[in-house]
Amino acid sequence: MPTRPETAAPTETLIEVEELEVHFRLQGSSLARLFGRDTGHVRAVDGVSLELHQGEVVGLVGESGSGKTTLGRALLGLEQPTGGRIRYGGKDITRLGERDLRSLRTELQMVFQDPNAALNPAMTIARQVGHPLRIHGLAKGRDDLRAKVSQSLERVGLAPVERFLDKYPSDLSGGQKQRAVIARAIITGPRLLVADEPISMLDMSVRSKILQLMLDLKNDLGLTYVYITHDLASAKFFCDRVAIMYLGRIVEIGRTEEIFRDPKHPYTKALLAAIPDPDPDRALPRDLPRGEIPDAADPPSGCAFHPRCPRAFEACGWEPRDLQTLLDSHWASVSVEDYEREREVVGDLSGLERARGRAVLRPGAGSTAADVRALLDRLRAADPEEPFWRGVESVDVEGGDVIVTFAPAEDPVLRTVSAVRVACHLYEA
Amino acid sequence: MASIATTPTGAKPRRRSGLGRRLLSPVTRTTGVARWILVAGLLLTLVFVVAAVFAPWLAPYDFAQKRLADGQAFPKMTAPGGDHLLGTNDQFFDVLSRVVWGSRTAVEVVVLSIAASLVIGVPLGLVSGYLGGWLDRVLLLVMDALFAFPSLLLAIVFAFLLRDVLGGTVLADVLGVGVTSAALSLTVIYIPQYYRVVRNTTVSAREATYVEAARAIGASRWTVMRSYLFPNVVSSVPVIGTLNAADAIGTLAALGFLGLGIQPQEAAEWGYDLNRALDDTSAGIWWTGLFPGLAIVLLVTALTLVGEGLNETVNPTLRRRKLVAVVLPPRDEKVRS
Repeated sequence: MPTRPETAAPTETLIEVEELEVHFRLQGSSLARLFGRDTGHVRAVDGVSLELHQGEVVGLVGESGSGKTTLGRALLGLEQPTGGRIRYGGKDITRLGERDLRSLRTELQMVFQDPNAALNPAMTIARQVGHPLRIHGLAKGRDDLRAKVSQSLERVGLAPVERFLDKYPSDLSGGQKQRAVIARAIITGPRLLVADEPISMLDMSVRSKILQLMLDLKNDLGLTYVYITHDLASAKFFCDRVAIMYLGRIVEIGRTEEIFRDPKHPYTKALLAAIPDPDPDRALPRDLPRGEIPDAADPPSGCAFHPRCPRAFEACGWEPRDLQTLLDSHWASVSVEDYEREREVVGDLSGLERARGRAVLRPGAGSTAADVRALLDRLRAADPEEPFWRGVESVDVEGGDVIVTFAPAEDPVLRTVSAVRVACHLYEA
Repeated sequence: MASIATTPTGAKPRRRSGLGRRLLSPVTRTTGVARWILVAGLLLTLVFVVAAVFAPWLAPYDFAQKRLADGQAFPKMTAPGGDHLLGTNDQFFDVLSRVVWGSRTAVEVVVLSIAASLVIGVPLGLVSGYLGGWLDRVLLLVMDALFAFPSLLLAIVFAFLLRDVLGGTVLADVLGVGVTSAALSLTVIYIPQYYRVVRNTTVSAREATYVEAARAIGASRWTVMRSYLFPNVVSSVPVIGTLNAADAIGTLAALGFLGLGIQPQEAAEWGYDLNRALDDTSAGIWWTGLFPGLAIVLLVTALTLVGEGLNETVNPTLRRRKLVAVVLPPRDEKVRS
């Protein structure tokens, strides 16, 4: 792979994002919609602050559902934020109307993940690449338009141009289509390009070529990139700075070298450990995060990563449903007889999902609070290293119920730790 | 055909120009039965279209003519032969002339009704599908209500209503009140079909990345609908169009048969003639009913064949594409040196 050219220290701020929130209303049942009941929200982007400097490449890295694509789309005004500001050129683009936004689209452009879907199947390449110019009235006459389209296609390496001008997207290969998408994005001379996983749908053989093309374009045209990816390896090669996203928030952001040399956040460490290693003899201890990314409609309290975090402790925001997860995973590992016996002891657990602050365990028929407590103690003794127990402040018996009290939750905020900024309680002095 | 053929030097491989190729593509792209269905349907339709266009020259007499120019009246219900190739009917009309002029009426009604339902139904479907919201809901409700009525009943009601409304308008002056009101009443019953098909394909295409990309390059809603959605959602419209055309012939004839359509003095209409011929059959007079009936059957068949043939070419799940032999360009020594 080609190496990333050293860029001069970027100075001028191009876009400033402040506390951006994009919440999507959940559809809910038709009855709930009919009566206008609140059906809950998915917090796709939940309070993100970010500065983009002129000429730099910022990577947004995260798993599916981390809100990276929504953030990228919101930067272009394709998504209506529910809160916060995006300042560009002295204006807050979240407050702009459709018409004002349209005129900004010449300066803010996007490259899409799937080149097969991003081109209009019913338009020739020449027409779609030139369409931004026609929409914004930037070409003087047909010849000028054609000349500019040819120039743009040549820039992205679709040469000889004559072979592509009158083709339809279905006649092109995936890599060629992505080049055409890039040609369409750069034809208006944009300043910011949001690239949403631009290489993930391409063949391995053309990935590095497309990335190299994007770097060349950046240097020649002075572009600024937001590079959205789940692939840390390409981010390492491509980005000046990397922001790691988890459930709609940035958990770590800093210069690429720093992040890769010394990842701070446990989630970043886990992501880096998940990068496949080509050496079969070197089996790395991969402590990959447990479980799946949680539901963004109802994110865990405190640090959203705590249920999956190997280093979580008291302040991370433990809550009753974590107890349910613990019991479930315990029962998955014991015999059926043990499960049935223990299951009867704790009785109804369905309340744990909704409970906040403290968990109330009512013993099942024929069991006492002491039995429940004994079960919890046995669990704790079996795996005292389990981070969950650090978050448990006390286990009390109160009027026949067992009350599990958790340490108060705190939202971690981004704070500077050596060269990067991390949102993790571990780094609070 | 050899898979590698060399054309004589200097002669360019024959390629039709863009528009011609696109218009002919349904025929050239198909293969096997679909192609024959399409070609047969097109040829048969063409016969009726020629009859419609050149009716004044092809028909021996006018459609409402009862006597010769010198004043001699036509014989009543004379058998085919002689001066009246297909005979005359009980109103002294020449059957051949009525059939030929009838194809003009049929074509006028079909073209006008399909064109009007396209012009109204397709944009409504696009706007409703793309913008959504309350407009979409209201339009859906209205269209579904129209769908729910039996189409013939609806056509009768609208034919009556439109007759009064249309009197004196430019369209009615050119084509006649009967033809216009019949065509537009058919339009009303066909609009929901175009609307539904276009709206539903638009709703699914709206989420496509290329529509999002169009928004990202700054296209207005109007541009998105016109340049990005329209070309991608109209592919099934020609099929509905031709099948509706066949249906329109039937409905028009039904209106005429019930005596609710075009009056005999306005234009020749097969359904009306068929109704008049009903009593003749018991008297052994077959020609007054056979020929208008045959015309209806043939034109409906022709249009249905076109529709089915088109469906097989346009619908990708049914389409079987022809294998085209690869023709390599001739080797040019100058390029290589």
